Amino acid sequence: MKDVLLVLSAFLASAVEMVEALTIVLASGLARGWRSSLVGVAAATLALAVVVAALGPALTLIPINALRLVVGGLLLTFGLQWLRKAILRASGYKALHDEDAIFAKELREAETAPRDERAGIDWYGFTLSFKGVFLEGLEVAFIVITFGSTNKNIPLAALGAAVAIVLVGVVGVLARAPLARVPENTMKFAVGVMLTTFGIFWGAEGAGAHWPGSDAALLGVLAFVVLLSLAMVTLLRRRRAELVPA
Amino acid sequence: MSRIAAFGRFWWDFVVGDDWVAAAGVIAGLALTAALAAWWVLPIAVAIVLTMSVLRAAR
Repeated sequence: MKDVLLVLSAFLASAVEMVEALTIVLASGLARGWRSSLVGVAAATLALAVVVAALGPALTLIPINALRLVVGGLLLTFGLQWLRKAILRASGYKALHDEDAIFAKELREAETAPRDERAGIDWYGFTLSFKGVFLEGLEVAFIVITFGSTNKNIPLAALGAAVAIVLVGVVGVLARAPLARVPENTMKFAVGVMLTTFGIFWGAEGAGAHWPGSDAALLGVLAFVVLLSLAMVTLLRRRRAELVPA
Repeated sequence: MSRIAAFGRFWWDFVVGDDWVAAAGVIAGLALTAALAAWWVLPIAVAIVLTMSVLRAAR
C-alpha cells in the first residue's frame, strides 16, 4: 500500500508540474523560436540532473530517523502550502489554475519582450524555458528524492515521476497546446493531501513516535487529512455564501 | 540584492512559501512530538496550523 501511494504521489506531483512547465515552454517556443527554448529545456534538465545526483546519494548517508524527521518537516511545509491553495481554490477564495489563461499571458509577454541574441540563442526564450523547467522540475526532484530516500526506494519514486513526464511530454508534443483539460486543480488537491499525509507519518516517526498498527496507520492519516481538507472546503464555502449574496 | 541574498530568498520561498507561521507551526508540532513521543500530536498540530493558515488567507 505504501509503495502504491509513493508511486501515485510522485506521478501526480510530476504530472502537475510537467503540465505547468509545458505551458511555459510552448509559449516560449512559439513566441521566441524553438531553438532557444529547447536549449533552455536541455540546460534545465542538465541542472536538475546535477541537483539529483548531488542530493540523492547525500541523503542516503543520513541516519533514517533523522532523515524522516527532516523530510517529514519539509513535506509538511510543502504539503500545507499545496493544500492551503487547493482548499482556497475549491471554496472559491482563489482563482482556479487556468493553463489557457497562463499560456495567453506568457505568450503576450514573450512576444513583446525585446530580442537579445547571444551565440545564436535568444536570451529571453532560453531564460523563460530554463526557469520554467528548472523551477517546476525542482519540486518534482525534491519530492522524488525525499519520498524515495525515506522509503528506501528512489527508483520506484523516480518511475512514477518518469511515467508522468513522458506521458505529459508526448501528449504536449501531439497537442502543441497547453493541456487545459487535465484536471489540474483536483490533482493539486490530491498532491497536497499526499504530501501532508506522508509528512505527518514520517515526521512523527522521525521524532520518535510509534504509529499504532505501524505502516497501516498511513491509511488512517490519509483519511484524516482528506476529511480535514473537505471540512475546510465546506466551512469556507458556507462562509463565502453568507458573505456573497446570491 | 546580492547573489547570496537572492540565493537565500529563493530557498526561503521554495521551502517556506508565503506563510512562515505555518512553517513555524510544523517545527513546533515536530518538537512537541519529539518531547512527548506521541503519534497523535502531529495530526492535531497540522489541523490547527492548516485551519489558521486557511482562515487567515481567506480573510
